[in-house]
Amino acid sequence: MAKHPQYKEWEEKTLGKALQKMPERKAEFKTVGGLQLPRLALPKEIDAEYIQKLGFPGEYPFTRGVQPSMYRSRLWTMRQYAGFSTAAETNKRYRYLLEQGQTGLSVAFDLPTQIGYDSDHQMSRGEVGKVGVAIDSLADMEVLFDQIPLGEVSTSMTINSPAAVLLAMYVALGEKQGVDREKMRGTLQNDVLKEYVARGTFIYPPRPSLRIITDIFEWCGQNTPSFNTISISGYHIREAGSTAVQEVAFTLANGISYVQAALEAGLDVDVFGKRLSFFFGATTDIMEEVAKFRAARRMWASIMRDRFQAQNPRSWMLRFHTQTAGHTLTAQQIDNNVVRVTLQALSAVLGGTQSLHTNSKDEALTLPTEESVRTALRTQQVIAHESGVPDSIDPLGGSYLLEELTDRIESEAWELMQKIEDMGGVIPAIEQGFIQRHIDDAAYTYQQEVENKERIMVGVNEFKSQEEVKVPLLRIDPEVERAQVAQVQKVRSERDEQEVERSLAALREAAQGEDNLMPPILEAVKQYATIGEICDVMREVFGIHEE
Amino acid sequence: MAEEKRIRRVLIGKPGLDGHDRGAKVIARALRDSGFEVIYTGIRRTPEQIAAAAVQEDVDAVGLSLLSGAHMELFPEVVEHLKQRGAGDIPVIGGGIIPEEDVRALKEKGIRKVFTPGTSIQEIADAFRELEPEGA
Repeated sequence: MAKHPQYKEWEEKTLGKALQKMPERKAEFKTVGGLQLPRLALPKEIDAEYIQKLGFPGEYPFTRGVQPSMYRSRLWTMRQYAGFSTAAETNKRYRYLLEQGQTGLSVAFDLPTQIGYDSDHQMSRGEVGKVGVAIDSLADMEVLFDQIPLGEVSTSMTINSPAAVLLAMYVALGEKQGVDREKMRGTLQNDVLKEYVARGTFIYPPRPSLRIITDIFEWCGQNTPSFNTISISGYHIREAGSTAVQEVAFTLANGISYVQAALEAGLDVDVFGKRLSFFFGATTDIMEEVAKFRAARRMWASIMRDRFQAQNPRSWMLRFHTQTAGHTLTAQQIDNNVVRVTLQALSAVLGGTQSLHTNSKDEALTLPTEESVRTALRTQQVIAHESGVPDSIDPLGGSYLLEELTDRIESEAWELMQKIEDMGGVIPAIEQGFIQRHIDDAAYTYQQEVENKERIMVGVNEFKSQEEVKVPLLRIDPEVERAQVAQVQKVRSERDEQEVERSLAALREAAQGEDNLMPPILEAVKQYATIGEICDVMREVFGIHEE
Repeated sequence: MAEEKRIRRVLIGKPGLDGHDRGAKVIARALRDSGFEVIYTGIRRTPEQIAAAAVQEDVDAVGLSLLSGAHMELFPEVVEHLKQRGAGDIPVIGGGIIPEEDVRALKEKGIRKVFTPGTSIQEIADAFRELEPEGA
């Protein structure tokens, strides 16, 4: 059979080039029974509709995936989000995960760090080291990455309002380790807009927050070109209760706001555009999730190419991280959670994720233990090496059901995004409570369905069993808070106070004016100014957001 | 007219820095739908602010939601601040990511009931209904 000209062109150009850079993992891919798996299964006839809606992997509109050979060349990055207690304890967990075959780090910060309070601030009481690691100053970062070469790992940091501060600390530490800025790889979450409607770690009002984000885009473009400057996150919107369609619509609408802000600041869409990344949740509803990921890719490609006129195909690609959905985990019969996570992880892989975090079975009750985190990581490894799913690109593509769901998620999400556009964009939509109302209504409906058993949750409202829940607990000793408070006070007493004052004054001046905030923040962290001190300067200038 | 229900007006509070408010909001709305008057504090309140709001709003009970693990520190502080304001008779209920062994300890510190994930709204509404003021 003659090959379709466009297929031939893809094979020769797009795929050929990619395989030169990154050959496939195996000479041939076979099923367990020995059948050869095609790289990319295609319809018998490639027609205009196929080209327009699905196309080829690594080519517009990227419905079938962002890389030409997808997991046949490189598996997704297995990246477990971890962090708790002190920097020293978390450092041990990172080194354990790297030894177990994890391929990237993902830092969970505690809430005071995420909200820009030092550990000895009054608001930090009780929260230090609880949901993540406490970082007050560069001194803590030095301990967190002790013996971990920053030039060799990629590090994702779940940090939003104070993202500039943590980025500066990471870069300062890299310099100490002698790593070139260009070689530093990682991702900042840096997505403040979703904090106002879900998750809640906002500090400043939306508009100055957008300025900080834009400054990060600009500075990274010139200094750390391999850093993903933002991870535009649907995950938390979904966890807060939204539907899959709302997750796509609100996330892409936020993405549009960031692009607009950067364009208004005079940045080049093809410089910052290719460093934008995304983050979605994966529930147990496999088909809807796979459809969601594919629809989101197709939509973003059109937004970047047609609306924002980006020229570089890399700017059109929606690259994303996935985390399995925490809200689906149950405190009852917790072993069932391993099964849920497996299905969710599978949907992420079928949907073409670039990296993946799998939740641990005990997370409806407590922080995960080392053992349960290992099982979660093993779940990904089983999918990667035993399921065969990664060996053929977009393996569900062409399924009547999947394509129909993909189209429907796309059209419903466009409709919702149009409503936001009509309101003047995301910020007015947040100010008027439009987005929050949608999420709250969806969360309430979901809960009612569980209550009246329209939605069965195994072990919760059906198939219940009497059981003694015995979960080994990872408990954060209250001593951690006292030790961290002592640590930050020690850092303050040992540094050059005049240099700190001078650097904070320079930051204040930049914040009041229009200069990029990154250089003065970098200088302040090098002087061991604390996260609280740096954020306080910006609080004074920018004000604070209140719910 | 028959004697009114004892618990009518409820404050739902989110102490600490945790922004996970899906549960708190769903419960506030469900309690409203089942006939309670509900005041929701919003996220990121100190125990002191929550106690002050409870007194000022003259509520009959307080429900706290926290998913960050800081419940052992922050829940009892709300009880303490209520006592300091002479409102120690307002019963306090808590919920969130709370391991079983903490439940007992929290009860000893004056939290009347503690709910973990998977609890039905009905159960929580019933729990509020059945509450009686401290010492009654």
